Amino acid sequence: MLEQIEGSRAVAKTVARCRPEVVCAYPISPQTHIIEAIGALVRSGELARCEFINVESEFAAMSVAIGASAAGARAYTATASQGLLFMIEAVYNAAGLGLPVVMTLANRAVGAPINIWNDHSDAMAVRDAGWVQLFAETNQEAADLHVQAFRLAEELSVPVMVCMDGFVLTHAFEQVDVPEQDLVDAFLPPYEPRQVLDPADPVSIGAMVGPEAFEEVRYLAHVRQLAVLEQIPVVAAEFERTFGRRSGGLVSSYRAEDAEVVVVALGSVLGTIKDTVDERREQGERIGVVGITSFRPFPREAVRQVLSAARQVVVIEKAFSIGFGGVLATDVAMALQGLPPEVVSVVAGLGGRPITTVSLRRVLQAAVNDRLPPLTFLDLDEDLVRHELERMAATRRSGPTAENLLRDLGVPSGHIG
Amino acid sequence: MRRDLLPTDAVAAGGTPEAADTGAGTSGAIGDDPGAGRQRLRFYQVGSFAVGNRLADPSQRTVQSDATRSNSLDSGHRACQGCGEALGARYALDAAMRAAGGQLVAVNATGCLEVFSTPYPETSWRIAWLHSLFANAPAVATGVAAAMRVKGRSDVRVVAQAGDGGTVDIGFGCLSGMFERNDDVLFICYDNEAYMNTGVQRSGATPSAARTATTEAIGPDPGAPFGQGKDLPRLAMAHGIPYVATATVADLHDLEDKIERATLMRGARYVHVLVPCPLGWGTASADTIAVARLATQTGLFPVYEAKNGSVTSVSKIRRVQPVEAYLGMQKRFAHLFGTPGRPDIVARIQAIADDSIARFGLLDSHAGEPAERGAR
Repeated sequence: MLEQIEGSRAVAKTVARCRPEVVCAYPISPQTHIIEAIGALVRSGELARCEFINVESEFAAMSVAIGASAAGARAYTATASQGLLFMIEAVYNAAGLGLPVVMTLANRAVGAPINIWNDHSDAMAVRDAGWVQLFAETNQEAADLHVQAFRLAEELSVPVMVCMDGFVLTHAFEQVDVPEQDLVDAFLPPYEPRQVLDPADPVSIGAMVGPEAFEEVRYLAHVRQLAVLEQIPVVAAEFERTFGRRSGGLVSSYRAEDAEVVVVALGSVLGTIKDTVDERREQGERIGVVGITSFRPFPREAVRQVLSAARQVVVIEKAFSIGFGGVLATDVAMALQGLPPEVVSVVAGLGGRPITTVSLRRVLQAAVNDRLPPLTFLDLDEDLVRHELERMAATRRSGPTAENLLRDLGVPSGHIG
Repeated sequence: MRRDLLPTDAVAAGGTPEAADTGAGTSGAIGDDPGAGRQRLRFYQVGSFAVGNRLADPSQRTVQSDATRSNSLDSGHRACQGCGEALGARYALDAAMRAAGGQLVAVNATGCLEVFSTPYPETSWRIAWLHSLFANAPAVATGVAAAMRVKGRSDVRVVAQAGDGGTVDIGFGCLSGMFERNDDVLFICYDNEAYMNTGVQRSGATPSAARTATTEAIGPDPGAPFGQGKDLPRLAMAHGIPYVATATVADLHDLEDKIERATLMRGARYVHVLVPCPLGWGTASADTIAVARLATQTGLFPVYEAKNGSVTSVSKIRRVQPVEAYLGMQKRFAHLFGTPGRPDIVARIQAIADDSIARFGLLDSHAGEPAERGAR
């Protein structure tokens, strides 16, 4: 049933219908509405047989989830940004232990400077942790991906992170068909762990492994991720059969079949990009869009197939590897090895800066005219940057640049101190 | 003949186990608690104060003397000779297993205990056991306890264990959170007073003046600084949790009794066990029990129980010892002795012991004041 609902609440209701048995919560913007809503559902009894635990840190949140999952309970938590980085050791640990924890990541920039708004730096920081990372384009997809996430996690004994853009999705009210309880129950069987902490059948979990087998353990984790890659389309197809709508999968493609220029992106910005592409198509430019839903495992083959006919691939991403460039662009370029498309990287929307159709139009025009350099920073305030660079050249000293920039902009907080 | 191999003086002290209680035991024993019967037993061997077992009724003997004990931490592990932590963990978990009727799950922090017990592909654990990380054992245990609750397994007890680093330093955030929420977890700290697994570096539990690899015995203020360090049992008490106790590997009856009592309680429980480390303390492997006992008999390590934030019983010092007797056995304090030695520093440590004795009332009036400290 369609309802007008905030993204966070839609996700909370969906997670509740997945019947998690242990939910651990530590608040961080922009994740708060999700855990608040789940807490209320537990309090009201709507989500029965669930332990809702207010922990003292994100590190504890993931650790509680690890303990609960190892003891055979379906475990869920949610975080963002600094919180994800604070729990990163446990994030790796959950994957290493093969525990099917599901976590929502309300994507947010990572400081310093502290910034609560949306980008994908947090997700990229744990790219190599061994988690499945699924990116939602809309709130409907964010809700649906959670149902699929539990299914994938428990079938393949791997933790799954559902990434949804902070504020842009979490705080947006739009129509969502929250997955119905009976359909979720049909789609998602109860959690039956392959190994569990049981006094009747005692096992040791988490032993030390030295050089004699560590590489093999890691290789097998990779093999498991490749199995996830095969299972994601299967689960998405079954989801479509059960719920009657498409959600998830490895990649999504929009008007890309005959496109000379294809834009690749993660998450909610795909909507703005599609609008811009529609407009450019009317001008006769052959532009298409490909969204990466499964960022980890990375769908190399699917990306190759969908992009092989393009002349140029423009990867627009809300994160980058400082000192190098685009992260997603690197993965896309690797996937296209030996194929003709040129891959360029456009870093955009950092720290919540809006990615507007006006700016996108400029980028796409440059791409069509082959004038896009390998690395572009969209809407960079070049005067501001130049001013600071000149100052740095004049007075060499260490320290943060953020305060100087704010002072130049005349932002009141720049005058503090 | 070694003095600690002499026959017990229990009979001399009163003839029957019950009578032995009045001579040397605890004050304020908690009569209605499980295991209290065994707690009343106090057999002291002549000279060494070792606690004996042989004259007790079988029902009052230690878990360790029970042929059907669970051997939770089985032989074959890689601990050093004389390892106090291996002893402590075995004593504690066998007692917990007996109290829980075998329905036990243990969570282990990273550290010596984890490393020496589970070198892949082997394990010494005969219980359900999970190691996750260094800092998160309390939170992982909270998760296990939550899972057990939601699954209706109220019979299963959850124990978390860590060394002093995993407890007072890196794990303290998670531990304090677990305490504050009063989660249904028994947390056991095996305190050997430094990071032994990584090569004897200072922790927040390292005593003043002790040499470690990061507090070398060099310069005018050798060893670990004074005025630092965390008293975790008292911090645990400040959380108001149902049960806090200290114990050592030197008094098996007392340790097992406290673990059994704690296992059967609900909510957050904390037991802090002093476990000497021959490697890090520079003691002979055969002296682990003797040095642990001296830690208590000097007053430096007070042995007590607390409920809901208040001390309810203390183990009295039977014959108080000067700190020199304890420090002198350990190479980590060797810089305090010899010529010229550092009698000024020894005096500061004695003052710490005297404060501890006064704070916890560790001396019976008839046992004499600290000044009447007897020779060993």
